[in-house]
Amino acid sequence: MATLAGAQTTGYAGVAAWRTILEWLTTVDHKKIGIMYLWAAGAFGLVGMAFSLVLRTELMETGTVISAEAYNSLFTMHGSVMIFLFLLPIGAAFMNYSMPLQIGALDMAFPRINALSFWIFLFGGVLLAMSFAVEGGTASAGWTAYPPITLDSGANAEKPGSGMDMWLIGVILLGQASIFGSVNFLVTIFKMRAPGMTMWRMPLFTWTTMVTGLLILLSTPVLAAALVMGFIDRNGAGGAFFEPSQGGQPLLWQNLFWFYSHPAVYIMILPAMGIVSDIFGVFTRRPIFGYRSMVLALIAIGLLGFIVWAHHMFTTGGVFLPFFMGATFLIAVPTGVKMFNWITTMWRGSNVFPTAMLFSVGFLMLFLIGGITGVFHAAVPVDFALHDTYFVVGHFHYTMSIAATFGFLAGCYYWFPKMFGKFMNEGLGKLHFWLLFVGVNLIFFTQLLLGLDGMPRRINDYVANPGWELMNTIATIGAFVSAAGMMVFFFNVFYSLKYGERASDDPWEGTTLEWATSSPPPPHNFDSLPEIRSERPLFDLRFGERLADDEHYHGHAPSNGGSSSKAGG
Amino acid sequence: MAAGTVSTKRVHPVRSFLVGDEPMPPALWGIIFFIFSEIMFFSGLIAAMLALHADTLHWEPTNGGHRVHGDELRPILFTVMLVSTSVPMQIAAFAIRKGNRRLMLWMMGIVLVIGTAFIINQGFEWGEAMFGISDGTYAASFYTLTGFHGAHVIGGLVFILAQFVRGLLGHFDAKRNTAVEAATLYWHFVGFVWLLVIFPLVFFLS
Ligand SMILES: [Cu+2]
Repeated sequence: MATLAGAQTTGYAGVAAWRTILEWLTTVDHKKIGIMYLWAAGAFGLVGMAFSLVLRTELMETGTVISAEAYNSLFTMHGSVMIFLFLLPIGAAFMNYSMPLQIGALDMAFPRINALSFWIFLFGGVLLAMSFAVEGGTASAGWTAYPPITLDSGANAEKPGSGMDMWLIGVILLGQASIFGSVNFLVTIFKMRAPGMTMWRMPLFTWTTMVTGLLILLSTPVLAAALVMGFIDRNGAGGAFFEPSQGGQPLLWQNLFWFYSHPAVYIMILPAMGIVSDIFGVFTRRPIFGYRSMVLALIAIGLLGFIVWAHHMFTTGGVFLPFFMGATFLIAVPTGVKMFNWITTMWRGSNVFPTAMLFSVGFLMLFLIGGITGVFHAAVPVDFALHDTYFVVGHFHYTMSIAATFGFLAGCYYWFPKMFGKFMNEGLGKLHFWLLFVGVNLIFFTQLLLGLDGMPRRINDYVANPGWELMNTIATIGAFVSAAGMMVFFFNVFYSLKYGERASDDPWEGTTLEWATSSPPPPHNFDSLPEIRSERPLFDLRFGERLADDEHYHGHAPSNGGSSSKAGG
Repeated sequence: MAAGTVSTKRVHPVRSFLVGDEPMPPALWGIIFFIFSEIMFFSGLIAAMLALHADTLHWEPTNGGHRVHGDELRPILFTVMLVSTSVPMQIAAFAIRKGNRRLMLWMMGIVLVIGTAFIINQGFEWGEAMFGISDGTYAASFYTLTGFHGAHVIGGLVFILAQFVRGLLGHFDAKRNTAVEAATLYWHFVGFVWLLVIFPLVFFLS
């Protein structure tokens, strides 16, 4: 703790800089690790976005700009980077940074394992990136890596090079980092809560961290098993697991892969939902409507997430369609509950719209389109028609990619003052929002239409059917508009770090515990904690005199879950 | 149960047996969650083996070699040995809960010796198997499952060895023994995943 001040006060600037760097490299502080996740995920996200611009340039018109091999490699790496190196770690970033603060903990339960997770993640990411340099290039079988095209075995003349092996090992490492992280999150939530912070008083973002942690814990190892078998298949077993000519089963891979990757969609979107829920609870100036139903819906989504994986495999003919269709439809129910609660929270709220709130509302709209198109896919007959078209691409980008990104960007604007003690620039923030919101809709709504018209995904060229070129051109323009928006964002980050307006400890009039400490917080997080009597301890603190009387307060705010004194965990 | 009444702290006997009556420290929660993730990992491998077995034309080793036979004395003997080391390991945990470091060290020593013997025997099984990893679905599953289980046994042994050395250096007493409890839980997992799943599948699935 004493080393903190050292970095800033040393006389020699060079020494101080080195000391700061060393401090960050060796840190076990959850806040610093969270911020490192943020930077890393931001950098990887930039790379993934650059890939998507190349892809969109290729698709702007018929004819080809880059080779089919390059296209395969780039869309594979776009998906892999965005999912494994952007969306999953940026969720981990906020779970690392904010969750311990929200429950009044001093740090994670296992700070050193937490640091280990980060470095394993970074190593896995670097391994994926390095695969560009090896002979044969990167993996190019899509982020889903379906065998047999991933395999080197008699049936396939063109074998992917060692980039595929690096991909498999890289993703195993990233998964391992997630698993260690999830153990940390879960134990922290179960064991490290401040006195008075019962389970039913936890902020919704902390709840989503818990459910996400459970999903990671139980699904990621199954992916690891599949990846391990894929690696063995390519390096020894000759395809016995997944290559049909060797007695293996391609569907086995798909089952194991989606057993992870459907819950993985929730691993990406749930933290974003949590962030948005907390933000609604602040900027509508009223408690989130139906706190308990939010939590129950969250748990229901998590549970259902484990029994719907085969909806990605409807057209294989190898899965029991009615069950997986029904189960998938069921997910619309808890999701609808959450939608209803968010909208109802805003309904009578005294809403204010700083950028964080704008992005949260944007999240709702994008997620609504994504959710509705998801119900289309859940219907087996519709899915048979739309499978492997751009409708699928549009759908999953609307939900787990863009809606999730909007949630995380909302989190950036919301917690930036806490992390760095300065506001992000609001004007630039609003410019960022509108550019990105218009841009992504130009991309993905046209993709929905293209998909309905039957345009197949994952192919580097297309026939000049009526309207296809126009819509693809619109989508490409949308991609560049979005990229411009993100450039504004990155500029804003650096600009605000230097010139941003000074933020107080509680600049938004927040309701959760992270706003009870200084901005940025001290290494030990809290000098003192307010008394925790509900899931909005800072609200209680602010209006304590008037509303301290528990019965009075809860009697008039039935949606408030804090009335329970049930001990959690 | 009811709130407000005098709570007589009664710990569930299974929990009491496994991790004692004290509130569980974070590290024990951590190892329990981690074991759940390990169970899911082996579930993936085992599901693969069952799926392949249920629906493949190439189950038998393709080089004409025999599968490993489980009805011989040696694999059964070593299975019994591995699983029975859960007993001395649990006794070691009981011992240190009472502060008896000497008994704990003896019991851990027994576990280390038998566990190492099990691994050496696995090495022989691999050496004597009449097929390689590339000889079809059974062969690939056999090496993958036994290989990963072996790696987990080695991991468990290293974990226990580390606590053994710490014990020799005078660590652990009746209050501070979390690492021993964690190693014990992990060792139970390693033994039982073998006894209940991997051993029957690898040696008896026809
Ligand atoms: Cu899915």
